[in-house]
Amino acid sequence: MTFTPVLSAGWGDADSFTLDGYTRRGGYAGLTKALTMEPDALIALVKESGLRGRGGAGFPTGMKWGFIPQGDDKPHYLVVNADESEPGTCKDTPLMLANPHVLVEGVAIASYAIRASHAFIYIRGEVTHVVRRLQQAVLDAYAAGHLGTNIGGKDYDLDVVVHAGAGAYICGEETALLDSLEGYRGQPRLRPPFPATHGLYGSPTVINNVESIASVPSIVLGGAEWFASMGTEKSKGYTLYSLSGHVKNPGQFEAPLGITLRQLLDLSGGMRDGHTLKFWTPGGSSTPILTDEHLDVPLDYEGVGAAGSMLGTKALQCFDDTTCIVRAVLRWTEFYAHESCGKCTPCREGTYWMVQILQRLEAGTGTEEDLTTLLDTCDNIFGRSFCALGDGATSPIVSGIQYFRDEFIAHMTGKGCPFDPVASTVFATAPNAGAPA
Amino acid sequence: MGLSEKTREEARQIMARYPKKRSALLPMLHLVQSEEGYVTPEGIALCAEELDLTKAEVGAVATFYTMYRRKPAGTYHVGVCTNTLCAVLGGDAILDSLKEHLGVGHNETTEDGTVSLEHIECNAACDFAPVVMVNWEFYDNQTPATARELVDGCRSGNPPAPTRGASSLCTFKEMSRVLAGFPDGRAGEGVQAGPPTLVGLQLAQQRGDNAPAYPDGTVPGAVVDKSGGEQ
Repeated sequence: MTFTPVLSAGWGDADSFTLDGYTRRGGYAGLTKALTMEPDALIALVKESGLRGRGGAGFPTGMKWGFIPQGDDKPHYLVVNADESEPGTCKDTPLMLANPHVLVEGVAIASYAIRASHAFIYIRGEVTHVVRRLQQAVLDAYAAGHLGTNIGGKDYDLDVVVHAGAGAYICGEETALLDSLEGYRGQPRLRPPFPATHGLYGSPTVINNVESIASVPSIVLGGAEWFASMGTEKSKGYTLYSLSGHVKNPGQFEAPLGITLRQLLDLSGGMRDGHTLKFWTPGGSSTPILTDEHLDVPLDYEGVGAAGSMLGTKALQCFDDTTCIVRAVLRWTEFYAHESCGKCTPCREGTYWMVQILQRLEAGTGTEEDLTTLLDTCDNIFGRSFCALGDGATSPIVSGIQYFRDEFIAHMTGKGCPFDPVASTVFATAPNAGAPA
Repeated sequence: MGLSEKTREEARQIMARYPKKRSALLPMLHLVQSEEGYVTPEGIALCAEELDLTKAEVGAVATFYTMYRRKPAGTYHVGVCTNTLCAVLGGDAILDSLKEHLGVGHNETTEDGTVSLEHIECNAACDFAPVVMVNWEFYDNQTPATARELVDGCRSGNPPAPTRGASSLCTFKEMSRVLAGFPDGRAGEGVQAGPPTLVGLQLAQQRGDNAPAYPDGTVPGAVVDKSGGEQ
């Protein structure tokens, strides 16, 4: 296993976020090269590279671009989904803080490829300094001639708007994001029609995650074969893995797709002293949890899928033996209930009632029948909700009960939680305090 | 207080950024908060007039998003992440401690108007957990003690600087103006990355790991031009 810093290669420079800092490390060379190519050739290149969406769903990026009808008379739009909010996910935010220009360069290349003259970066509002960095990067890119009119001396114009959201997890869902960007409540749209033909303002629109777009300049410079030389058969390229939780060294690790959690933990220092891994999410809270049985699962789209979960955003939240599964599942469920947009009944009502049930299970007043009711409710939400938020809400519950049913039962027989919440904090004084036998 | 003609003019500047003016509504509501400290009835009326919407239509949008406040926010708006990972690593203890220390609950403001408190959802900084945000600037790796010092600093008008943000903490209104799309010129302040962000890169460097070279032989992201200029 070899780490492959591409996006993170320059992050160690104090000025990595500036135009000078990025240019010093070859920034905007990808755009210069792209502008010598035909737009269709760029779409073909990204298709051939095998790049798949890094926002969670893993849809082939080049195919998404290829769905945009060409030769129509409608304006085309590129919208970057920078609304990073999936619990555990923390890759796009540090990326944009340390190097907003690689995203701006990717935006320019992608917009040129799909023949868009207007692009939007929809960034969540709750990250003030990241918004500042992006705003400045866009201004500097205009001044340098990378955006604006006659880019690179070509007959190509592009305007980029940095648009700050206002606090709503659901806006990470691409059609809810479009409604939000149009000035409405962020609620998902019925598909079809898909955004590729009826997106922003009813026009053909590509919506891509930050990391997907930021990967494009390197693909233009390196070529499809170079990109595909990393990763596994169907999951090509490098990516950012985000390690967090009860680990010694949380952080961002850029590696080829297919690395395992065991490799990442071994190389980064492992779990904190005196404790062992209990459960983890491969890609945020909407991906079913895995356990220490799954340490050798290849972290690519196919490998994690075969293990019964999803690669998602590669947000590896690791919890050790001091953590109560019921508390974790309840808190995630409260999150989904809070963030449910209210448009569809299964998600709106289901998440509300699941919180009530989990609260009494945590308090020790639940029954085994409650577990059955929870799983029934999940059955009625999964696949029956308007968007993936409802599906995601069932993940921690179903997988939590699947792997730790005994611990749910222990809350009933013990009349409450057997764990000491102090023991699981980072500032717990006694290393083994409160861990149940 | 009352919104000025200048605010109305700035609202129109926001509208001009978009192919369709209604897209300006979210940044316009941030602009209202930058003047009023929350979304006032007058601010809703201004947005409605400029966008040819009813006040009910604007209100329906404003109440959907958690960043828009229906009561005045404190000068320093404090958010403690209590989503699962931060909660387990100490966020719950931090929130309890701040509630007791400040004498306010979730979504309440201290009597002197300096600090408002809320528990927040995941703020995309899990490798820095537990995380506290003030005016949506990062205060990473907090404990109950450091969080109490932080809010004490806010109340006395001397807040510590964010760990990954501007070199001093702005006010809620100043922050809202940035989100409305009016840069404050402070993007160059602060660090490029916090220590966890660099853990993987440093490990790669220790091991001598690189991504494969491009076909022309250059290593991705390597320094190509020490002058920093083009050509």
